[in-house]
Amino acid sequence: MTFNYFDHDLSDLHQKLLNHELTAQELTQATLDNIAASDGDVQAFLGTNGPEALQQAQELDEKGDFSNPLAGIPMGLKDNLSTKGLETSGASKILAGFKPVYDATVVQKLQAAGAISVGKLNMDEFAMGGSTENSAYQKTTNAWDHTKVPGGSSGGSATAVAAGQIPYALGSDTGGSIRQPAAFNGIVGFKPTYGRVSRFGLFAMASSLDQIGPLTRTVKDNALVLNAIAGFDKMDSTSVESEVPDFTARLGQGIKGMRIAVPKEYFEEGIDPKVAQQVKSAIEQLRELGATVDEVSLPHTRYGVAAYYIIMSSEASSNLQRYDGIRYGFRSPDAKSLEDVYVKTRSEGFGDEVKRRIMLGTFSLSAGAYDAFFKKAAQVRTLIVEDFNKVFNDYDLIVGPTAPTTAYGLGEEINDPKAMYLADALTIPVNLAGLPGLSINAGFVDGLPVGLQLIGKPFDEATIYQAAQAFEDATRWFEKRPAVAEKY
Amino acid sequence: MAETISRDDVAHVASLAKLAFDEAKLDQFTDQLTDILTLFETLSEVDTSAVEPTYSVTPNVNHLREDVADNWHQKQELLANSPEEAADLIKVPAIIKGEDD
Repeated sequence: MTFNYFDHDLSDLHQKLLNHELTAQELTQATLDNIAASDGDVQAFLGTNGPEALQQAQELDEKGDFSNPLAGIPMGLKDNLSTKGLETSGASKILAGFKPVYDATVVQKLQAAGAISVGKLNMDEFAMGGSTENSAYQKTTNAWDHTKVPGGSSGGSATAVAAGQIPYALGSDTGGSIRQPAAFNGIVGFKPTYGRVSRFGLFAMASSLDQIGPLTRTVKDNALVLNAIAGFDKMDSTSVESEVPDFTARLGQGIKGMRIAVPKEYFEEGIDPKVAQQVKSAIEQLRELGATVDEVSLPHTRYGVAAYYIIMSSEASSNLQRYDGIRYGFRSPDAKSLEDVYVKTRSEGFGDEVKRRIMLGTFSLSAGAYDAFFKKAAQVRTLIVEDFNKVFNDYDLIVGPTAPTTAYGLGEEINDPKAMYLADALTIPVNLAGLPGLSINAGFVDGLPVGLQLIGKPFDEATIYQAAQAFEDATRWFEKRPAVAEKY
Repeated sequence: MAETISRDDVAHVASLAKLAFDEAKLDQFTDQLTDILTLFETLSEVDTSAVEPTYSVTPNVNHLREDVADNWHQKQELLANSPEEAADLIKVPAIIKGEDD
C-alpha cells in the first residue's frame, strides 16, 4: 500500500481509521516506506524504530479503539525528547548510545492517545543553532530545495513534516527553534505559552525559555496535537495549572474585528526586502478578512538578541554541566584521572557551537561579569516584556515575519556565529516574554517558503489558531507540494 | 562593562567550564567571542537603573507536594547507561592522585 500525507490531514486519517478503511499497521508501514524513499534526500531522521512502531500499531488494531483523534497515526519526535529505551542523543556525540529510563511527559501523553512514534528527528546539537548543521551526525536538507538548510534547531522535525514523511512532529523552541524551521519549510510551527506544555523529559537548554510544541502541515492539525500535549504536570514545576481549552474550538470563526498590531521594528534591520513584501501582502490579507491592522512599536526589539544570548548561554552552561562522562553517555577513553574524565569527555564530546555557548554563559555568570552581563540582560528582558504588555493592552495579536530571510544555502552561514545569532531577532523576544507564537506559510520567494508569525497574549493560543486558520482558509498555501512529494 | 575578552580570559573561562582547547582553537574562540561581545555591548545603551530583572516568566511560585519517597527508576537500567560499572556501582578513575599508578 502507498500512502501520501499530502492528500490527508489528521481529521481525515482519524475518520479512515475509525471507519476501518485503513489500519494502523498499514499506515505505519506506509510511513516507514515513505521515510525509506525520501530520507536519503532530506536526512531528517536520526533513527527509526520500525519494529516497535509496527508492534504498537498491531496492538491498536487488535484493540480497535480509535476514538482519540491521534490514535493509530504515526509521528516523529525531536531527538531531545526522552524516549524510554530508545536512543536519544540530542544530536550530540556526548550522548551517543544514551537510552533514557523514562519517557518525556509529552511522549507519555501522545502514547496514551495512541499516537505511534516512528523515530527520532535530527536537530542542532542540544538545540543550539538555526540550521541543524550543528548536528554531530548528519545534515538535514530543506524539503523544498535540498541545497538549502532546513532551519533549526528543530530542522529534522520541520523537514520530515514538510516532505510528507509524517503528518506531525514535536519540536522544542528556545529562541525560535520551532517557528523558524517551520517558516523555512512552509509549514505550521507553534511555540505555546511558557508553562503550557510540560518540559519534563526535554533535554534542558535554557530552562526559563524552552517550550515544546507541534509542527504540522495545517492549523487544525496543530491545534489537535497541542490538545494532546498541553496541561499541568507535577513533574515540571513551571507547567501551569490553568484550564486547557479545546484549541480547535474557535477555528472557522474568522477574524472580523480582531485587532492586529504590526511592530515597525520587525521590518527594519537585516530583513530581505522580498520577504518583507511577501509578509506585508499577507498582513494586507488579514485586513481584507476583517481585522483592523495598525503599526505599533516594540522599542526594545533590537536588544533582544543580545539579552537572549546572554540569558540562554548562562542557563545552558549550567544545564550542560551534567554532561561530565560519569553516569551516562560518552566518556573519553584517554581519561586517566577524574579531572581528565570531565575535561576530555566534554572537550571531545561537545561540538563547537555548544562549547561557544558554554563559554559565553560561563563568562556571563563569572565574577566581575555577572552584573554587566547576566543581570543587565535580565533587566532588558523586563523592558521587552513591558513592550509586549503595552501593545497587548490594545491589541489581540502581534503579526510580522518569522525570519528575516528564506532558507539559506547549506554551509553559507555556519562560520559566522554572530550573523547566525542576529538571524533569530524576530523570534527571540517571544521566548524572553514567554508568549505563544506561531509560524504559518505566507507564500514563496524564489521558490522558498516565507513564514508569517502570529504572537498572542499569554495562554491565549486559541486566538492565534483562530487567526491562522482564517489566513490558511483564504490562502491555502499548504496545498503547494515540494518535489519530494513525488517519491510516494 | 568589560570591553573585551583576552586570550588569557578565554583560557580561564575554559578551565571554569571544564573544557580544553588547542592553541588554534583558543585563537579562534577568542576572535569569535570578542565579536559576540560587541553585540552584547549594545545593552549598555539601555538605561536599566530603575528596572527589576526578570529571571523567569512563569506565574507559578512553587508547587509543593507531600514528601513521600517514590522509587521509580530501576538501578540496573540506570547502570546500563554508565560508561563503566563494577559491583553494581558506577566506576570512575582514581580521585586521589597516585592510588592507581
